[in-house]
Amino acid sequence: MSAYRIDLAGTRYSFDNLAEVMACASPARSGDALAGIAAASAQQRVAARWLLADLPLGLFLEDQLVPYEQDEVTRLIIDSHDRDAFAAIAHLTVGACREWLLDDATDGAALASAAGGITPEMAAAVSKLMRNQDLVIAARKIENITRFRNTIGLRGRLSTRLQPNHPTDDPQGVAASILDGLLMGSGDAVIGINPATDDLPTIARLLTLLDDLRMGMDMPTQTCVLTHVTNTLALIGAGAPVDLCFQSIAGTQAANRGFGISLALLDEAHAATQALARGTVGQNVMYFETGQGSCLSSNAHHGVDQQTLECRAYAVARRYSPLLVNSVVGFIGPEYLYDGKQILRAALEDHFCGKLLGLPMGLDICYTNHAEADQDDMDTIATMLGVAGVSFIMGVPGADDVMLGYQSTSFHDALYLRSVLGLAPAPEFAAWLERMGLTDPGGKLLRGDPFMASVRGVPALGGLCG
Amino acid sequence: MADLPDITPLRQRLSAFTNARVAIGRVGSSVPTGAMLEFQLAHARARDAVHDALAPGAVEQGLAGWPSISVHSAAPDRATYLLRPDLGRQLQPEDAASLQMDQAQLAIVIADGLSATATMAHGAALAMAMVERLRHDWRIGPMVIAHQARVALGDEIGEAMDAQMVVVLIGERPGLSAADSLSAYLTWAPRRGRLDSERNCISNIRPPHGRSIAEAADEIARILSRARAAQCTGVALAGGEALAAEEGPD
Repeated sequence: MSAYRIDLAGTRYSFDNLAEVMACASPARSGDALAGIAAASAQQRVAARWLLADLPLGLFLEDQLVPYEQDEVTRLIIDSHDRDAFAAIAHLTVGACREWLLDDATDGAALASAAGGITPEMAAAVSKLMRNQDLVIAARKIENITRFRNTIGLRGRLSTRLQPNHPTDDPQGVAASILDGLLMGSGDAVIGINPATDDLPTIARLLTLLDDLRMGMDMPTQTCVLTHVTNTLALIGAGAPVDLCFQSIAGTQAANRGFGISLALLDEAHAATQALARGTVGQNVMYFETGQGSCLSSNAHHGVDQQTLECRAYAVARRYSPLLVNSVVGFIGPEYLYDGKQILRAALEDHFCGKLLGLPMGLDICYTNHAEADQDDMDTIATMLGVAGVSFIMGVPGADDVMLGYQSTSFHDALYLRSVLGLAPAPEFAAWLERMGLTDPGGKLLRGDPFMASVRGVPALGGLCG
Repeated sequence: MADLPDITPLRQRLSAFTNARVAIGRVGSSVPTGAMLEFQLAHARARDAVHDALAPGAVEQGLAGWPSISVHSAAPDRATYLLRPDLGRQLQPEDAASLQMDQAQLAIVIADGLSATATMAHGAALAMAMVERLRHDWRIGPMVIAHQARVALGDEIGEAMDAQMVVVLIGERPGLSAADSLSAYLTWAPRRGRLDSERNCISNIRPPHGRSIAEAADEIARILSRARAAQCTGVALAGGEALAAEEGPD
């Protein structure tokens, strides 16, 4: 006999367990179909949502989708659950929780005080009942602020990760993209390189380059080379200038093992990076990347849908009070998110759920060339996320990452969002842009020549300034 | 148009060090028309490469009369191929039987992968450069031309041919800067269920901009002789290049 049943319009729909209800209630996406857990029909999908709407939030504390005994992420979620914070919403069903989120009387402060009581599974469940506009309006209420050398996530602000990747990690090639980004007002979330290699001496050279550029231009921002946490630990040990510790994370212990990490390793890395005490206005030192589909791709999904598993990765992230969390939403390919519609939906879900759980969410709004998507889709996603209050997006020269071979957002795209939505960079960085003559007092981007003249003597820029 | 000063000298200085789309200028917040259309052309080229099919005879005619067999994966069309990587790793049932008579030590698979454009441009040339270097040391089977194929399809092909080793030449996922880049994946003792960590990979085979045919064939020959001595490929092959899992059309 099935554990979950609902009679709807003369048809009985049965689900074997809560994971099946959740998977069937999810908006359609190719990754859940690939896993064989998606709803078999459009009507079954709505039936699952109807059933889900009447389930109490507290059920997710009892009926665990990934067994407590088998998975340290589940243990983290259950053991760190804040019962006092949960008390305010414990009486709600999933459907009533949606209405609580959308109610004008529920403000950002109410959401912030409930965050510790909300588990990833609860956030995922309610998001499955929310339309795209619901995901925008609820996320917009939430302001999750983090600090290192500047302040990320303030209302009315949009930060960018300047992503100056180069296929051979050539220092001058990287510096050229950084200079281009700075001229376009990019780089306040982080200046972060995906290295082409895992070679530690090369990564150390890139870290030194970034640090020299930052100090040479007196920039109030932070830098990062996005390499495995074990490499970062080794580089910290060797005295390399590490601001932030990066790691890709996922929502199950087995998928994290596939990434070569555990909570114990992340604990160690977090402590080692904090001990450097390089932040000036705060000590949020971790930078995490996530993305729907990573558990399935490492065959570690426990029959749970990819959006719920993504939310579980946020439980891993929030243990470390990160500076930045970034869902690389369209990178994984069409077998997980097929087209622009599915990528948009996932982007809004990830942003809302991450914010609800208390995280400083950014999005790598992106696609690969085998997905059914193009720049027009990215414009739509960027606009909706901007309205929703996304903390940061990527800045890639011309939106074309020549190292990773995918398309993200350009420096121009961030200018577009700042322009149409009246958003500014992080306050410390905005002041620096003005001081350097890159923007006028109103924040409007200016011609770059006073800046070029003033940084001409910075050795790490080589001859790039002419 | 663009209100950045000296945009041409700046672009020249920056572009000397990177092929990223640097200093493309701006109109207001937006990309100038020329740069926008250049981007669209590059994306269109990549999209067409993804959806291109191996033209009948296009690979065969480059094989200088070397025998070949055409096989299909269990993905019947491109849309299914893109949504179901698992089907691209299996042969359609009737094709497995057609390979069983062909005992070879070395199986060479020329596969479309995510860019038939790359496969048609470089696949046959690389296969014949391999034959030239390897024919005295290895009994090489007929070339297997594989449609709607992922890398791991080579495992089932190699297993059916009872080969010691399979080399899969396959089109890489197109980027904006290159839609015609080929990779070679080398797997010792191919059989279904092999892991990516058990393969070696040579990527960016793309004359004249990337690795040349001769360089790639030399490197493949070197890895083959080391694999035969060590009876393995992948991370277990000492000094072997570990396979970057996110790179290939696996």
